[in-house]
Amino acid sequence: MMEGSKVSDIMKDLNIQVNPNDFIPATEEEKEYMVQMRPSTTAFKDGMRRLRKNKVAMVSFYIILIITLSAVFVPMFWPYKYEAMLGMQPGKAVDATFNNLKPFEYSASELALKEQGQKVVPHIFGTDSAGRDYFIRVVYGTRISLAVGFFASIIVLVIGLLVGSVSGYAGGKVDMIIMRIVDIIYSLPDMLMVILLASVLKMTLASKLEGTPLAKIGSNIISLFIIFALLYWVSMARLVRGQILSLREQEYVLAAQAAGAKGGWVIRKHLLPNCVSVIVISTALQIPSAIFTESYLSFLGLGVNAPMPSLGSLASDALNGLSSYPYRLVIPAIVISLIVLSLNLFGDGLRDAFDPKLNS
Amino acid sequence: MNPKTLKYILKRVVLAIFTIWVVITLTFFIMHAVPGGPFVGEKAVTPQVQKAMEAKYGLDKPLFRQYLTYLNDVCHLRFGPSLKQRGRMVIDIIGDGLKTSAKLGVIAAAIATALGVILGSFAALRRNTILDRIIMVITTAFVSMPSFIMGSLLLVAFAVRTHIFPANGSTAAGLVLPIITLMLYPMSYITRLTRSSMLDVLGQDYIRTAKAKGVSRTNIIFKHALKNALIPVITYLGPELAYITTGSLVVEQIFAVPGIGRAFVNSITNRDYTLIMGTTIVLATFIVIMNLVSDIMYKVVDPRINLE
Repeated sequence: MMEGSKVSDIMKDLNIQVNPNDFIPATEEEKEYMVQMRPSTTAFKDGMRRLRKNKVAMVSFYIILIITLSAVFVPMFWPYKYEAMLGMQPGKAVDATFNNLKPFEYSASELALKEQGQKVVPHIFGTDSAGRDYFIRVVYGTRISLAVGFFASIIVLVIGLLVGSVSGYAGGKVDMIIMRIVDIIYSLPDMLMVILLASVLKMTLASKLEGTPLAKIGSNIISLFIIFALLYWVSMARLVRGQILSLREQEYVLAAQAAGAKGGWVIRKHLLPNCVSVIVISTALQIPSAIFTESYLSFLGLGVNAPMPSLGSLASDALNGLSSYPYRLVIPAIVISLIVLSLNLFGDGLRDAFDPKLNS
Repeated sequence: MNPKTLKYILKRVVLAIFTIWVVITLTFFIMHAVPGGPFVGEKAVTPQVQKAMEAKYGLDKPLFRQYLTYLNDVCHLRFGPSLKQRGRMVIDIIGDGLKTSAKLGVIAAAIATALGVILGSFAALRRNTILDRIIMVITTAFVSMPSFIMGSLLLVAFAVRTHIFPANGSTAAGLVLPIITLMLYPMSYITRLTRSSMLDVLGQDYIRTAKAKGVSRTNIIFKHALKNALIPVITYLGPELAYITTGSLVVEQIFAVPGIGRAFVNSITNRDYTLIMGTTIVLATFIVIMNLVSDIMYKVVDPRINLE
């Protein structure tokens, strides 16, 4: 009781003005008002919401979608084939009027067909010097470039993930050895090594692949994948290792280990799911860099095997007739730049949306 | 210099030397994996002549012996004769090419760095204005464009269509377009880098302190902000030179510049193995050293940076 009276004395001295009305229990209406109206959300939904708000990223996404869909579906119904030389038909004399058509021009035989009232699908981008429809070649080249970019990134992802997580989780000597190898590969001048490997693999692989199903893909694309598997996994491995190193110290990992979980289980169930956003983002950003490399190699004549087109080889071929047919260079150039630009912008958008920490 | 920095530098130098050794070893074994060997494609020779030629170039010795000889030769810059250009040594071809390429590369790197820093600081100081937006949009577009595409487009626009510049890069005027092609990417990259680091620095407390003290705007920008904002740019100098070096491979091809890049690309199409090896080693060594220098400079310039 002594204590209580002392407190009230102090209160009097301090002269605190307390309004008793502030302490009335809230009515049901007021409680309703304070309740969070938004339904609870997962990290994924939250990221998607942020991504959808990002106009630049969404526009880039739709551009990629349109390009990809047309690269996949247009060759299915387009009447011309990418490798078909239209002037050369079996049993007929070579029709040179098909060669080097300007956009929307027709060859002599096509004009005759039109005279008879038949419909002829126009050559939107004209034809090339061998009489092949240029539009379908660009579409097919886009397909090849996108496929190469996609699969190369998957290869990089798988190897980087494997090496990085083992290195990060194992630590100690294993980690040190792997990281020194990574350091060396990382400091190799990549483009030079790529050119060197591509020029050699091109020669060694061609004979070995003959007769196998892989021959259809072409020795050059296979060697491109080998190059990515050899050289480009290092930054992914570094990234994954860094993530795992920081996550490894978390309490829930200790708890799992205390409960008897083995290394592989901890990596798969606890560590990888937590660094998935970082991994997805850097894989997305890997695709444009792979497309870049492929087009660069194709431009040097080390890319896809003829007559298969890729955007780089189309641009490279166009250099020969540059003064008469500059659009043959400009068209693949615009497509490559558009793909790389939108993939980069979309990747940035993904990063901002799903990993806000990374940006700040 | 404190011992930690010294240890870091030593570690990086050792790594660089090791990397160069890996490059040399790789080129040796890769070239040996090529089917046929260097004399395939020559006129049909009798087995005796083939044997004699192999003996002359030491190809009959065991592989490891050949490798040691090769290592020794490379260290003395003896890359042997070119297999396709009769009577010319690889080192001479590289030396001739380097004169032109170095001119091209140094000018491109200097302009790219200077313009990038100026544009980047400008964009940062005028943040969120129309000018800033325009600079950012243009640099984003340039960063996404492969150098060979940029070069080809410039060739169409300024040489083929309008004849403002010659399409052939063997004259001084002909070097203008290749230089522009090579500098656009690094310039755009440096612009973006400088802008973001400048914005970061301008938000620091010491800038506010300087403003409060009444330091003039020019002094704040040049003495306080820019000095610190340029530190990240230093790290990019190594990759920039590497980019220009590899970029020049195709750019020299497009504009027919008689440089080391064109020699390299031609050696690939001709399968001139000794020239491929020599050029790869010289260019790779250059890139590794440039990266080393820029990394070390970065750590030395800014003592705050954690050396781990």
